[in-house]
Amino acid sequence: MTNKSICILDYGSGNVRSIYNVMRHLGHNVLISNEEQKIKNSSHLLLPGVGSFSSTMKKIRENLPFDCLENEVISKGKPFLGICVGMQVLAKKGYEFEQCEGFGWISGSVRKLSTENLSLPHVGWNNILIENPHSIFNKLKEYRDFYYVHSYCFDAHDEGNVLAYTDYGEKFSAVVCKDNIYGFQFHPEKSQRAGQLLLNNFVMTS
Amino acid sequence: MSVKRLSEWASDEIIYLDISSDDNYDLRRDDQGYKNRDNFLDIIRDVSDVAFMPITVGGKIRTLSDIEARLSSGADKVCLNTMVINDVKFVDAAAREFGSQCIIVSIDAKETLDGHKVYSNGGKNETKFTPHDLALSAQNNGAGEILINSIDQDGKGNGYDIPLIRKVADSVSIPVIACGGAGEWDHFSEVFEQTNVDAVAAANIFHYVDQSVFLAKKHLFDAGINVRKPDLIKL
Repeated sequence: MTNKSICILDYGSGNVRSIYNVMRHLGHNVLISNEEQKIKNSSHLLLPGVGSFSSTMKKIRENLPFDCLENEVISKGKPFLGICVGMQVLAKKGYEFEQCEGFGWISGSVRKLSTENLSLPHVGWNNILIENPHSIFNKLKEYRDFYYVHSYCFDAHDEGNVLAYTDYGEKFSAVVCKDNIYGFQFHPEKSQRAGQLLLNNFVMTS
Repeated sequence: MSVKRLSEWASDEIIYLDISSDDNYDLRRDDQGYKNRDNFLDIIRDVSDVAFMPITVGGKIRTLSDIEARLSSGADKVCLNTMVINDVKFVDAAAREFGSQCIIVSIDAKETLDGHKVYSNGGKNETKFTPHDLALSAQNNGAGEILINSIDQDGKGNGYDIPLIRKVADSVSIPVIACGGAGEWDHFSEVFEQTNVDAVAAANIFHYVDQSVFLAKKHLFDAGINVRKPDLIKL
């Protein structure tokens, strides 16, 4: 399909298999690795995530060559996508269990959803409300339902970095973006065709 | 493979239950274009290769490492049944280890002279629990969702057990999935209209009707129930 190559960053986050399967299904070159050379050679980087902010940051610090990653993404502008907790760690600070430093790539912080009487975690399908049109939503049309599993959300300091919101008791960031850095709060790999569409659009950005 | 088709038809989730009484999974067929499997974890791996939607796996889960094995083979959630009856604290241990979002408790219930009772071991043994009490206790121990199945209605195709489902759905605040008895699309809307359930599950009707999931969703959408818009989209 393309000559793009996607590296799924492997830091021991559990289920990376489904995102790998969906990328392969879409016909992309994809590998799972934490090696510097593979990160450098890939055209796109993808950070999956399941678990809490602090345990994820701990695993990332232990298993990923962060300086190399930051150099590729921030200095060289390589497209980067964080999914679920992988998006939340883009913030400066997280407050799940304990205050914890994130990447600080998109200015903002992570806090628990305040949903009043709706149950947490927020598990299931929900639609997104596009606030700022962007090429990541190409061809999305009215198919805007995605699959969520989370209790925490990303508050961006700059509203311009939020491309889409979702409503679950309150509006929270569903898609964030700053230059070449993207974050999805939902799981595109579990969101059937709408998810595949967005993943494909991400791979088409360069 | 039928799972691939169900994913393409935009099912919201799939629940895969291992109800074999022995450990023999070999279908002994060579005409289906894919490998026969001799263990359940390989089946989960095959399913997760083609189904890009949430996958729940249940059956024969007795330990935390059984759960871990299923999750690492591609399941997103697991479904607990007999272990909940044996020791509800197992739900607590599982939810602490893997998170409430991936622990579904399934309850098989049957009408007795004494009202609805929970049955264990694939519906073989009557227990002392009522379905709504067990659901509540599962919730209090960290279950993320309840799957309530009526043994009486299962496989008959003449509608869900509304009184059973209503009582369970009213006794907990976590999502409840109704199961057992769907034979026509009206049965889906009926259970949404008459109870507080969050979701409906079915098996036979989805396998034996062409374009089943699309038709089911269209029916619910037309009845004004909050479901994903029933369209088959193309990339």
